[in-house]
Amino acid sequence: MAIEVRIPTILRTYTDGAKQVEGSGATLAELISDLESRHSGLSARLIDGGALRRFVNVYLNDEDVRFLSGLDTPVKDGDTVTVLPAVAGG
Amino acid sequence: MLTISRDLYDKIVAHARKDHPDEACGVIAGPEGSGRPERFIPMENAERSPTFYRFDSQEQLSVWREMDDRDEEPVVIYHSHTATEAYPSRTDISYASEPDAHYVLVSTRSDDETEFRSYRILDGEVTEEPVQIQD
Repeated sequence: MAIEVRIPTILRTYTDGAKQVEGSGATLAELISDLESRHSGLSARLIDGGALRRFVNVYLNDEDVRFLSGLDTPVKDGDTVTVLPAVAGG
Repeated sequence: MLTISRDLYDKIVAHARKDHPDEACGVIAGPEGSGRPERFIPMENAERSPTFYRFDSQEQLSVWREMDDRDEEPVVIYHSHTATEAYPSRTDISYASEPDAHYVLVSTRSDDETEFRSYRILDGEVTEEPVQIQD
């Protein structure tokens, strides 16, 4: 099962510079755990205290997973997960 | 150094003035690796706040995908401060996540003049850079 994961510039230090990596899992949480096994440290940039970090946007295909089921969002072969750090400030 | 056309400079300032007293925000896209700001993309401030800004996440996805399709990158990321100086705040620094972007800060705190300054923000460090406006 291959899910394509698009990695933003700032997180490519965890993927040896790759813009895109593959992973598997039945939910977003499982997918992230799978990615962590090959890209150590990536999970901590996405998840804090068991939930997705507030200022990181994760999308399943075209939708922000905050509007789906967050970390419990089901994912499947052929899906694309995109990560973009939020652009914000004060 | 940020080199930017007069037209784009004016567009950023006009956007900041229009949204005052809320913070305005946006991107100027340019060809990947060129450092040239070319395409003005004002963004919705999903916070609609005088002290905070955030790109709407769905709009950000759509803009980032479009830049990718066009082989562009965000050359300038701009936002305004409506009551403080045009200098990155602690939150601006901690959320800066595009290492190659020029972070433009505009201040609309004065009615008579608009401050416009540019910075690089890398690993939590801010370096101001000169702005060259091309007519």
